Amino acid sequence: MDGIQRNFQETMPPLSPDEALAEANRCLFCFDAPCIRACPTQIDIPSFIRKIATGNLRGSARVIMESNPLGATCARVCPVEALCEGGCVYNAQERPPIQIGRLQRHATDWLIDSGETTFAAGPDNGKSVACIGSGPSSLAAAVRLREWGYAVTLYEAKPRGGGLDTYGIVSFRLPVEISLAEVGLVERTGATFRYNTRVGTDITVGELLKRHDAVFVGVGLGQPASPGLPGEDLPGVRDTLPFIEETKSRPLDTLSVGRHVLVIGAGNSAIDAATAAGRLGAESVTIVYRRSKEEIPCYGFEFEFAKQEGVRFQWLAAPKRIVGSGKVEGLECVRTRLGEPDARGRRRPEEVPDSTFTIPADMVIKAVGQGPDNGFLSHLGLHLKGPDRLAADRETGATSHPRVFAGGDIVDGRDDATVVAVVAMGLRAAAGLDRSLGSPRGAGATVPAHPKTVIRRSVSR
Amino acid sequence: MIQNPSPSTIDLSCNVAGIRSPNPFWLASAPPTNSGDQIMRAFDYGWGGAVWKTLGDPIINVSSRLGGLRWRNQPLMGLNNIELITDRSLETNLREIREVKKRYPNHAVVVSLMVESKREVWHDIVKKSQDTGADGLELNFGCPHGMSERGMGAAVGQVPEYACQITEWVKEAATIPVLVKLTPNVADIRYAARAATKGGADGLSLINTINSLIGVDLETLKVMPNVGGKSSHGGYCGPAVKPIALNMLSQIGADPETAHMPISGIGGIGTWQDAAEFLLLGAGGVQVCTAAMHYGYRIVEDMIEGLENYMRQKGWRTLADFKGKAVTQVEDWGNLDLNYKVVARIDPDTCIRCNLCHVACEDGAHQCIAPAAPQDDGRVLAPVVDETECVGCNLCALICPVDGCITMTEIDTGKAPETWREWQNRLAAGASPDDHPGMISGH
Ligand SMILES: Cc1cc2nc3c(=O)[nH]c(=O)nc-3n(C[C@H](O)[C@H](O)[C@H](O)COP(=O)(O)OP(=O)(O)OC[C@H]3O[C@@H](n4cnc5c(N)ncnc54)[C@H](O)[C@@H]3O)c2cc1C
Ligand SMILES: Cc1cc2nc3c(=O)[nH]c(=O)nc-3n(C[C@H](O)[C@H](O)[C@H](O)COP(=O)(O)O)c2cc1C
Ligand code: SF4
Repeated sequence: MDGIQRNFQETMPPLSPDEALAEANRCLFCFDAPCIRACPTQIDIPSFIRKIATGNLRGSARVIMESNPLGATCARVCPVEALCEGGCVYNAQERPPIQIGRLQRHATDWLIDSGETTFAAGPDNGKSVACIGSGPSSLAAAVRLREWGYAVTLYEAKPRGGGLDTYGIVSFRLPVEISLAEVGLVERTGATFRYNTRVGTDITVGELLKRHDAVFVGVGLGQPASPGLPGEDLPGVRDTLPFIEETKSRPLDTLSVGRHVLVIGAGNSAIDAATAAGRLGAESVTIVYRRSKEEIPCYGFEFEFAKQEGVRFQWLAAPKRIVGSGKVEGLECVRTRLGEPDARGRRRPEEVPDSTFTIPADMVIKAVGQGPDNGFLSHLGLHLKGPDRLAADRETGATSHPRVFAGGDIVDGRDDATVVAVVAMGLRAAAGLDRSLGSPRGAGATVPAHPKTVIRRSVSR
Repeated sequence: MIQNPSPSTIDLSCNVAGIRSPNPFWLASAPPTNSGDQIMRAFDYGWGGAVWKTLGDPIINVSSRLGGLRWRNQPLMGLNNIELITDRSLETNLREIREVKKRYPNHAVVVSLMVESKREVWHDIVKKSQDTGADGLELNFGCPHGMSERGMGAAVGQVPEYACQITEWVKEAATIPVLVKLTPNVADIRYAARAATKGGADGLSLINTINSLIGVDLETLKVMPNVGGKSSHGGYCGPAVKPIALNMLSQIGADPETAHMPISGIGGIGTWQDAAEFLLLGAGGVQVCTAAMHYGYRIVEDMIEGLENYMRQKGWRTLADFKGKAVTQVEDWGNLDLNYKVVARIDPDTCIRCNLCHVACEDGAHQCIAPAAPQDDGRVLAPVVDETECVGCNLCALICPVDGCITMTEIDTGKAPETWREWQNRLAAGASPDDHPGMISGH
């Protein structure tokens, strides 16, 4: 394996069986445990950990996948310090919390390696559902609906399933194989996947409503947002998602990266873009951000990871213009200072007069967030929430059309969207859809609408 | 489409001496089975049966009652108690037993009994108990504290004649299966087991708690558990007692007079693995007390699922498929092959160079693991076993912190199997003492 290949292997090592056992035995097996309450999908964490301790790995994986059908992905990409591990009672003693994410990975890796599955399709109930998109929200909904006996077809524009798990989260944090293994588990429930099928282009929503009893919309946010700078069309300017997608779907040695790379934005996807550029061989990678490190929107562990990877930060700089003749040569910025707090309590950057400066670069990656495919949104013809999110009930996924339900980023997408949150939405929408079709099966669905959030006790930054 | 057979193809249903339950997991007679409410809640969690907290003349308990053994920060490695039998009225208990049985007809409800050693008193309580619809009786000949001072519990269990006599009285009146719960506080469990068998018991339950004194508080100098400045010896249970229970179980299984007896195994069971060991050594089902007191009824879910997964992996469908499978391996020492040999092998790739095996063998065993010689290039190598000196005692493998790093590997000694007994016979027939089996090394 050459250097670049190795750079894109999963960074976090698995726990060895010994380590997993020792860590599992640290868990106090709390009753009504705070870690469960902190998980948006309410995985029974103490139970799955105790099952690791008793050597019941299959049962452990079952407990995880039952509450969260994307348990293997979430084990890797969840911001655990803000969720389950942030809830662990050990924090109160200033002792390291149980490594819940890595234990979850131990159990779900066992499941994937064993070739077994914990999902079982229920007896056919005669109804059929279409899922638009096959990202985590659709996959979660599909599993639940299959368990309740629905026929499920997932219409996916791309050649493979998994949405951003497969195409968007860098492979050194989430290997493509893991995401595809989870897609495989959904396939094994008997759900049908129609790949390379873009709804709105290849087939209309009207047609889906004719073929199926209900439709779940889980299309995510695939369209890059633009910072609106002059010079964005220069060669060498890239959007985050296509850039990362290449590293996950094309041979790494065929990819090109700049020598000096600038990343505009400082959210979680900016960190992924920056670290991927570094691992592809860029000499320097710098994140340019209008505020200071106190306001950085990415998670603490992401920030730490970027620093470890040698990513530099240009704080208090507002990009104004991408400069260059025929190709990118630099980014013109204005210095900022922080003024009064805004509505979210973050101090507002104010430009310092006469402080323009240019950072030389031969590649600029735009990472200022994603938006929906507006063409598709208007094709749906449903009520929106704000300018560009689908309006859907948080508890049931119900939209303004009685037979259309929705979940995932298209409903709630923000830069800090998480896989686990969209999984919970997919599960709730499945239950809502089930109830609306009059089946009693969804009545027992237990994913609560408003998972309690946990305040981090100590911020390690 | 789904490849793995669903665990429901596994049948955990259990029958101990004619007492049936949906699975082999019963709660032992103790605080978790004090009342009907508790037992019904436990059944809802998945327990297959429960032995009611021992009935008898209501007693008055002391406060405090429990002491725990904490080992390396693990609470309740052992639990010590000075609690007596039920402190609720007989009428209340009987009414609740009837109610539970009515609502849970398929679960095993067993009534534990302990009364004065008088025939008519036993007859009376047996009749009242079975009148409730209970599935079986368990005679508590085991409680080692308090009740024994009043001539009951262990005072009965320790004298085979009494145990036999009372079992006979009970059998005169009983119409449902009778288990006798044995006390481990005897020199040889087989006498008590034989006595109960002779008295007509349908099955045996073992073990009750072991005489114990849990410790002294080094600050206050108080002996625990403390009752107004005094303490008393109690009964010991929990993970620490499991090996003692397993031994007694296997002794009863190896004794021709009791080998046929159905057994409800008790002592230190907290996981499905613990239970599986009891079943492999001949128990028909198991009972749990301390683990349920520690973590609550919820632990049964993993016990059931873990056992099902284990059975599936082994290709067993029912408990009968593996009950007692390990019993015949347990033999007198004199029947073990002196020419069988294993040696320790250290895997240098997984060895973390802690040298714990070296020091253990050097000081605590047979001085045959040497730390590796220093290397010119500064590398540190794994310690080395001198296989000719290794006696195969297992110590290094037991203390090695890395799973699978030290394996005890069988080696061919080139000698035909010979036990100590066979050798004694050979000596008696005139063989030379120098022509001995086994490996006695030079020093
Ligand atoms: C770079 C990056 C890093 C991230 N890191 C993390 C992280 O560390 N932890 C974490 O929890 N979350 C992370 N996320 C967020 C997470 O990936 C998303 O919140 C989640 O994937 C959203 O799921 P979804 O099902 O709503 O949509 P998506 O995952 O976006 O899936 C939508 C699917 O629908 C398909 N589709 C779209 N339109 C159509 C159409 N018209 N017809 C058919 N199919 C269509 C798309 O091709 C796609 O496959 C990250 C996101 C990005 C971009
Ligand atoms: C607090 C306490 C009270 C007990 N009371 C009784 C009892 O009333 N009758 C009885 O037969 N055994 C009694 N036992 C013993 C248990 O039923 C059981 O035999 C013993 O605890 C071993 O099982 P374990 O290791 O799972 O705890 C008691 C144990 C404890 C800890
Ligand atoms: S809070 Fe921590 S210790 Fe308690 S159950 Fe959860 S992981 Fe275990």
